[in-house]
Amino acid sequence: MESVIERIQKGNFWQFHGGIHPPEQKFLTCTKPIASAQIPEQLIIPIRQHIGQAGDLIVSVGDKVLKGQILSVGDNPMSLPIHAPTSGTVTAIKLMAIPHPSGLRETCLILTPDGEDTWQQRHICPDFQLLSKGKILEKIVNAGIAGMGGAGFPTQVKVSTLAKIEYLIINAAECEPYITADDLLIQEHSPTILDGIKILDHLLAPQNILIGIEDNKAKAIETLQKATADIDHIQVCVIPTKYPSGGEKQLIKILTGQEVPSGVLPSSLGMVMQNVATCFAIADAVINDTPLIKRVVTVSGQALDKPQNVWALIGTPVGYLTEQCGYSNSHDKHLIMGGPMMGFSLANDQIPVIKTTNCILAPSEIEIASPFSSTSSKEVECIRCGQCADVCPAQLLPQELQWSAKAKDQPQLEKLNLFDCIECGACAYVCPSQIPLVHYYRVAKAEIRQQKLLDIKAEKAKVRFEARKLRLEREKIAREEKHKKAAEARKARMNAGTPAAKSEKSAVAAALARVKAKKAQAGSNQDIVSQADSSVEQIDDNKSQVANAIARAKAKKLAQKSQTPISTADAEQDTDNAAIAPKAQPVVTDKKAKVAAAIAKAKKRQATEQASNSDTQVLSTEETTPVSATSGAVQEPITDEKSQLPINKKAKVAAAIAKAKARAKAKKETDGNINAQPSSTSTDKPTVVPAQEQYTLAAVASNKATVTLHTETPVAISPVNKTATASDERKKKVAAAIAKAKAKKLVEKTQQASPSTSEVKISESDSKPTTEAAIAANKKARVAAAIAKAKAKKLAASSDKSQPSE
Amino acid sequence: MAFWIASSPHNHQQSETSALMRMVIYATIPGIFAQWYFFGWGNLIHIALAVATAFVAEFTVLSLRKKKITTQLFDGSAILTAVLLGISLPALAPWWITIIGSLFAIVVVKQLYGGLGHNPFNPAMAAYVMLLISFPVQMTLWQPPLSLLAMDIQLADTLSVIFTGYTPQGYSVEQIRTHIDGFTMATPLDTVKTNLTQGFTVLESMKAPTIGKYFGLGWEWINAGFLLGGLFLLSKKSIHWTTPVSFLSSLFICSFIAFIISPDSSASTMFHWFTGATMLGAFFILTDPVSGATSVKGRLIFGALAGLLVYLIRKFGGYPDAIAFAVLLCNMAAPLIDQYTRPRTYGHKLGAKK
Ligand code: SF4
Ligand code: SF4
Repeated sequence: MESVIERIQKGNFWQFHGGIHPPEQKFLTCTKPIASAQIPEQLIIPIRQHIGQAGDLIVSVGDKVLKGQILSVGDNPMSLPIHAPTSGTVTAIKLMAIPHPSGLRETCLILTPDGEDTWQQRHICPDFQLLSKGKILEKIVNAGIAGMGGAGFPTQVKVSTLAKIEYLIINAAECEPYITADDLLIQEHSPTILDGIKILDHLLAPQNILIGIEDNKAKAIETLQKATADIDHIQVCVIPTKYPSGGEKQLIKILTGQEVPSGVLPSSLGMVMQNVATCFAIADAVINDTPLIKRVVTVSGQALDKPQNVWALIGTPVGYLTEQCGYSNSHDKHLIMGGPMMGFSLANDQIPVIKTTNCILAPSEIEIASPFSSTSSKEVECIRCGQCADVCPAQLLPQELQWSAKAKDQPQLEKLNLFDCIECGACAYVCPSQIPLVHYYRVAKAEIRQQKLLDIKAEKAKVRFEARKLRLEREKIAREEKHKKAAEARKARMNAGTPAAKSEKSAVAAALARVKAKKAQAGSNQDIVSQADSSVEQIDDNKSQVANAIARAKAKKLAQKSQTPISTADAEQDTDNAAIAPKAQPVVTDKKAKVAAAIAKAKKRQATEQASNSDTQVLSTEETTPVSATSGAVQEPITDEKSQLPINKKAKVAAAIAKAKARAKAKKETDGNINAQPSSTSTDKPTVVPAQEQYTLAAVASNKATVTLHTETPVAISPVNKTATASDERKKKVAAAIAKAKAKKLVEKTQQASPSTSEVKISESDSKPTTEAAIAANKKARVAAAIAKAKAKKLAASSDKSQPSE
Repeated sequence: MAFWIASSPHNHQQSETSALMRMVIYATIPGIFAQWYFFGWGNLIHIALAVATAFVAEFTVLSLRKKKITTQLFDGSAILTAVLLGISLPALAPWWITIIGSLFAIVVVKQLYGGLGHNPFNPAMAAYVMLLISFPVQMTLWQPPLSLLAMDIQLADTLSVIFTGYTPQGYSVEQIRTHIDGFTMATPLDTVKTNLTQGFTVLESMKAPTIGKYFGLGWEWINAGFLLGGLFLLSKKSIHWTTPVSFLSSLFICSFIAFIISPDSSASTMFHWFTGATMLGAFFILTDPVSGATSVKGRLIFGALAGLLVYLIRKFGGYPDAIAFAVLLCNMAAPLIDQYTRPRTYGHKLGAKK
């Protein structure tokens, strides 16, 4: 098989499908030289003139700029700078209509030229070979060069490709009717273009350079052939004239026989294509340090007196150019930017020339009777003649696309490869039904793009929604789990309700014991006072014994009594408490029992002599077993019996504690008395203080201030242990304070306890009693505190009394 | 000062659908002329009737559908349909046949499906088939060529026969159709078919008077006329070459194969080409873009299928001619053909499509 180059040298080219031969009309301008650039009164320079992002403006209104001065900088490869086409003043930066089919408005910089046309400092570089590739690329970027054939793709992106380049294709086909800008540029500036090609050659190192040019440009072909005659790897390929052979994909097909796969850049095939005008601009930028500030524009059309090619500064309003070329038509203006096939009509003549503008067309009315105007559509139904499909260079089915576009069938449109349509207009050109096919495709494409954006948004929203749903679901599950656990816990507690109740009952028993102990205390106090009157020393000894005895007796009584109220439901308040407390403080009871046991143990240790080991042990075991057995279902009848036991024992224990304490105090007192008897107060008060402390302890125990007990007990007990040295006054106060603090804490506890019970979700009727119970407990605590205070006072009084007696 | 906004392309080759239709209508002239020459005024009267009816029907329906009457009424498609129907009807068929056929073609086959461009069937052929099935007697009243007629019928006679069923002299259609020798004549295709069933060879039936010198007296010239018109259309690029070429070659190949297998019971290839409505079908009916296939490959398949069907129906079917039936069948197949003959888009792999 012959190679591509051999084929080309023989003049055998491939063909792309379809194509049309619209009237060329190039004769209007192709013989006239390019007119030199004129400076209009105002330049309108859009900050974005290519495909990609705009750079950031670095000048502001009022700034004086020099010709070639950079006006904006870009920070990514797809943004290009713009430059001042001439020297002057920036007079405004505002939204203006830019060259766009839809009459889009974008930020433009308005430059009022000063007429001086003063260049900024330039650095001419006659030999680009001396520059590194990076430097050349930098120069190309800084010159703001974008593809000048139409699309405006940033040039440096194309030429900085890392792919191995087989063919560098220079596009000089210029297949659009009327346009002769490239033709004239070649005729007049082939050396510069060749420089540009050499620079590209230097950058890309392609194996072959193909210059594709249509056979209707005889002079340009001749010039090019002469210029490239001595360069081996440059081929001037004269291709048959057919629209749209200048399309990138079509030209590649014609020259190499390869098709660029849909959706990829030609560089993936080892090809790069550049327009001749771009080559010129590259050479100008690299060698002459001239940024892209002017270009050749074909101003043509039969409505002009002097159709010709002109050098136009970027930003020159179209109206200025048409005037320059003698536009006589004053009404019904029809101005087209670009060629008749792919150009777009302009809404006014103040739209500027930009980097991609190659033609301004001002046709007379008979010249181009566009069937696709907004006012005079002659569209009839598609007759499925298939002519459009015959000419479509992308081998699409324009008629089917058209139906789907009308039906807004977007999936079908994409299936028919709508996005491979290059909008060449060949189909609409031939359509006998005069359907503005390209217009339908543009709208459909825009709609699909819009839809895609919406889809992306919707997708994001969906993800968000789904995440939220998931979270809610999770939360729901967690909540259900919690409820289930709580329910289970409740159930377990209900099953274990009796043991809990038991411990409550024992608490009740303790409360009862306390009440009794109070009474007993009151009695003993009187005794003590009366005895103290007669003889302090004796009393000291006796008192303790008496106290012990009393305490024992009371404890016994209490034990007996405490059994009765429970069995007979004698004390209403207490039974109420017992009934409610387990609900109100289910957790606390457990702790309390343990604490009580701990206290008992501690006390027991102190009260080694009299307190029976068996008692406390029984207490601790009995108290703890029901607690530990909570998980197991303990039946009521059994527990009833059992429950009495701990109560019994507790009472006993309480008694034992009381006893032990009393004894301990008595001992200490005696010790203190023996060691140093500075004052009688020291002998008297200690005896009472333990009692008080007992009360407070009892109160605490009964009111289940469990946590505080842990911390308080040492405090409460330690002074007892060290009484001898500590001052009695202080002790009293401390006791009172402790009592108060405990009462307060109790209040808090009970308050806390009630919400916790409601969480556990006993029906509301239950929570009421709990609060009542809390209030009751509260009250009790206060009462206990009050009692403690009162007692402290009494004690003080008695000690006062006893003092003088001493 | 107003700026004129238009969508690209701003250029157009200035072809118009109506111009295309007009061109096709003009191209039928040689064939119609041959018809008139050999068969008298009958078809011209039918054409006129059909066109008038179609016009009225189109106007009524378009105004009912609130369409742009002026552009669509004169887009020529209705006229073309009417002309084609008029051409294909038997010359001496009663007037109401034409009216009914024309109304059916325009109102039902074309407009009820959505008007121009949306009709799945060729209106003229659909109407023809409807008439043939509904009124078999009237639709087979084929008139022999004038030269074979016992009497000389003029325009007035034809008019009278079409509108009253009798000539001013009181002859009925049946009497007109009678040969000088006193037997009823049919079309060449009919003749051959009848003869074959009666045990004659094709060669023998070729001697029948209706067949004349070549393949059918008059018919060969009518076909030649349409062929001429078709070639004119081809030269003007008003129709695409694919369908007629593939249709005619398909018919040729089929008849050729049959002829090779059994020359006695099979008519020659040229007989098939130049009798019946072969040329009319090839250049004027199958090329109807609306009801045909669109892509080149599709059209080739479409034409070939039509050729095969025509041959099969002519050979094995009960009806004398087969163009109308074959066309309708192909119309049905067209969307399917289109579906499977989508071109490979530039830059897309062949397998990746569909
Ligand atoms: S405009 Fe699109 S569909 Fe029409 S011919 Fe060009 S590429 Fe094909
Ligand atoms: S050229 Fe126009 S009328 Fe013909 S098939 Fe294409 S869209 Fe339809």
